[in-house]
Amino acid sequence: MDTAYLIETVIKVVVILLVFSALAGIGTYFERKILAFMQRRLGPMNVGPFGLLQVGADGIKLFTKEDIIPSNVVAPIFKIAPVITAATAFMAAAAIPFLPQFTIFGYTVHPIVSDIDVGILYILGVMAVGLFGPMLGGMASANKFALLSAARAAAVFISYEVVTGLAILAPIMMVGSLSLIDFNNYQIENGWILWTQPVAFVLFWIAAFAETGRTPFHLIANDHEIIDGFGTEYSGMRWGLFFIGEYANMFFISFVIPILFLGGFGDGSFLGAVALLGKMAFFFFFFLWTRAAWPDVRPDQLMWLCWKVLMPIAVVNVVITGLVMMF
Amino acid sequence: MEQFNNRNVAEGGYYLVDIEDYPTDGWGKFKRVVKRTFRGELFVGLWVVLREMIRFDLHTISYPEEKMPIGPRYRAIHEMKRLWESDTERCIGCGLCEKICISDCIRMDTKIDENSRKEVSEYTINLGRCIFCGYCAEVCPELAITHGGEYENASDQREHFVDYEYMLTPIDVMKQNAQKEFEGYGAITPHEDERVKKTPLAY
Repeated sequence: MDTAYLIETVIKVVVILLVFSALAGIGTYFERKILAFMQRRLGPMNVGPFGLLQVGADGIKLFTKEDIIPSNVVAPIFKIAPVITAATAFMAAAAIPFLPQFTIFGYTVHPIVSDIDVGILYILGVMAVGLFGPMLGGMASANKFALLSAARAAAVFISYEVVTGLAILAPIMMVGSLSLIDFNNYQIENGWILWTQPVAFVLFWIAAFAETGRTPFHLIANDHEIIDGFGTEYSGMRWGLFFIGEYANMFFISFVIPILFLGGFGDGSFLGAVALLGKMAFFFFFFLWTRAAWPDVRPDQLMWLCWKVLMPIAVVNVVITGLVMMF
Repeated sequence: MEQFNNRNVAEGGYYLVDIEDYPTDGWGKFKRVVKRTFRGELFVGLWVVLREMIRFDLHTISYPEEKMPIGPRYRAIHEMKRLWESDTERCIGCGLCEKICISDCIRMDTKIDENSRKEVSEYTINLGRCIFCGYCAEVCPELAITHGGEYENASDQREHFVDYEYMLTPIDVMKQNAQKEFEGYGAITPHEDERVKKTPLAY
């Protein structure tokens, strides 16, 4: 491993960390504004022009707030749980190619931290580990509502993972690789996977909502309970880390879906990069859109949906794909 | 606002919603799921919120900067009016408001002044007890005590909201002829002088 590679990787890691922590903050601003407009409200208006500096105000508040560790909690787990959510969200970013490779000052940059062979498997696995944050945090909180929330997290956890895995299996069979770069290159030659695997696309998209814990499947931190589920006992930046994790996850999954199904960044042209960002913006917007439009489902409805509807469809999809590829 | 003034629900486009019975067996439930899935109800919801976002018809009032207009009959903190002719107080100290006040919160004291006229020496309204019913304004024969539109009050004691000096129309407002008459309970209706009858003197 030469020094240049090491320096390049460190720089890329730092850039991704900084950009996406900032984006997670700005994501909350977009969410509040778009939800407000859809509900005919104004949203944040008072901090800065059009409330743009609200993110900064929230950040200052979260960072300077007292970090309360209640007396009955299991302190080590309680403290580490938000870090799991945030850290795994960013770890998943390591295998995502955010842009096509480009040359700057005669040096070719690959905007992916590491093009590992098991890319998509690694991303899904690490994102799944992220759900341990709400689960452990809720269980360690010594709070009944947090415990209930942790139970729901477990229910979500065992439900959507199957669908995600099986849905993505059919495209993987077609591409023959787990690397997202290979997915992209496959789609340059053969067109978008969306056209050949529409069912897998819809299933993966639905599962992405459960993965990020967004409305229709926002039942981990169930807003209807008025309190914040697993985050009930958290305060200050520990609670903020849950949020950064959630929003970073939304951004990363919004990158993964277009790369897997919608042609990724294309042939490496500037237009392809812009198209990827546009697709990412649409999927992120869709997360907010559904939150304004759709009701939440109950845990039993989510499990019913995942196990009795989506999983059989995914299995049938895999079988049909296999048959088509064989003959 | 006008659309809400019509309380006749029979003609407002109201109709009974056709609610289907809940399915009892598994096959019925399955049919309902299939119907709901492919009828695209979810997209109706998506369309509605997107339409509202595109229309951008926001209903928020940023309150301290903008305020909703309040009706002329609004009954907030009391006001004491002055006479247009002489800028003196309209209150003649008759004590009717004190009598009619159902929560017993008005206290007044009168005396005979140097011109042998009845003069109000003390006038207090205990706003800790006042229920803002408007009877005092209704009963006042001189339209002296009325309700105003001042609803932004904060104090550690509600009794501190007003005193007599505060209720009285300021003299510089009178000088600008800017005193506003109350249009609520007890006020003269707009065409009162056409309807008024002379006192019969035949007896």
